[in-house]
Amino acid sequence: MSPTDSPVVEITALRKSYGANEVLKGIDLRVRSGEVIAIIGKSGSGKSTLLRCINGLEVFQSGSLTVDGKPLLHGNPAAMRELRQHVGMIFQSFNLFPHLTAGQNIMLAPTLVKKKVGAAAEVQARKLLERVGLAEKFCAFADQLSGGQQQRVAIARALAMEPAVLLCDEITSALDPELVGEVLRVVESLAEEGMTLLMVTHEMSFARKVSDRVIFMHQGRVHEIGTPAELFGNPQTAELKQFLSSLHD
Amino acid sequence: MVDFTLWDIFRNLLLAARWTVLLSLIAFIGGGLVGLALLIARIAKLRFADRLVAGYVQLFQGTPLLMQLFLAYFGLALLGWDVSAWLAAGLALTLYTSAFLAEIWRGCVAAIPRGQWEASQSLALSFGEQLRYVILPQAVRIAIPPTVGFLVQVIKGTALASVIGFMELTKVGKTIANATLNPFLVFTCVALMYFLLCYPVSRYAKSLERKLHVAH
Repeated sequence: MSPTDSPVVEITALRKSYGANEVLKGIDLRVRSGEVIAIIGKSGSGKSTLLRCINGLEVFQSGSLTVDGKPLLHGNPAAMRELRQHVGMIFQSFNLFPHLTAGQNIMLAPTLVKKKVGAAAEVQARKLLERVGLAEKFCAFADQLSGGQQQRVAIARALAMEPAVLLCDEITSALDPELVGEVLRVVESLAEEGMTLLMVTHEMSFARKVSDRVIFMHQGRVHEIGTPAELFGNPQTAELKQFLSSLHD
Repeated sequence: MVDFTLWDIFRNLLLAARWTVLLSLIAFIGGGLVGLALLIARIAKLRFADRLVAGYVQLFQGTPLLMQLFLAYFGLALLGWDVSAWLAAGLALTLYTSAFLAEIWRGCVAAIPRGQWEASQSLALSFGEQLRYVILPQAVRIAIPPTVGFLVQVIKGTALASVIGFMELTKVGKTIANATLNPFLVFTCVALMYFLLCYPVSRYAKSLERKLHVAH
């Protein structure tokens, strides 16, 4: 898997503030197709906000952002709908739709947004459930699934839209420790298959293992960026050194 | 003076109860539709909608239903419109019901976790699709018990329409009481009628609550 040069996500001089509090202070980032990027940093460093800007869950005040060459235009529902079809997102709290079965969760967006017909959507949903190791859970509701299973259904749901990039927002933070592995294995398999991934994570050994680049965010800026070997093995700034050492305490 | 048997009293009250039921239904269906429109205007964050609807709700929650009926009946007449008791009662009760339902339902929609909005938004669903397929099906579950409970308030509220001459249960009761000179007996029967209308509805609300609790 070799990342090609066409950027899937291109972020230029992005600034975002809540009132007077600026949380992103000019972010520049190009994510190439097939690249796996881990974003690390203290809470409040802006890493989740950055991720949420990429699919328009957060509105930013200045700068530009494109996905697959399409610019993110707030206040233009048609453009946002188009852009969001290229960006999948997985949340810390799974956010499965509790009134629908696992299968219906996966089929909802393809049938509504991509106008896929029922049978084709079902074939796809079953295939995706099998891919995340839950082939037998097609008819299960969220409250009949463990946290790890719910998160894997959420991954399948995001994949059903065939996104160009998948955003993972601390997707194992709400899981019991023994369930973390099953979710990370799915993510790892996606990385191996060449999916472009941007993930905010606290799982440092996982970030080290699967990512092509690691971003260390500090106070709303990209403080350090590089390969896992560079960042974890030879941190350049005092902040990153401190952050990494705090993890070992 | 005419002699009324207990059956005469009951028969007349039963006939009058039809209008109570009909007026309740009008209030509930009309109020439900207007309330739904107000709710959607509010959650769609249409310009000014939030404040306008909040003001509307405050207005109808903060004044007695009796005054609303008077204003609908006499106020519209002042404007030169010939309003029947039917129209005035139907209109006032519809507006009153819509204000309360809009507020009850807003609470139910607010109870749906933000993550449900965000997940459906991330999947590129439009606002209408989010409401139709993700938010409202869940909100309805929460909304059914308080909504049915409020229906009981509306049924009892229709009694006030008697003051503008609407011939429903209470008004007919008053008339019979005057004729029989036995108001205690007659109003006991009237109260019993209301109870027979309301009790099954309350029971239904309770059983729905239990059922929905078990379901998820």
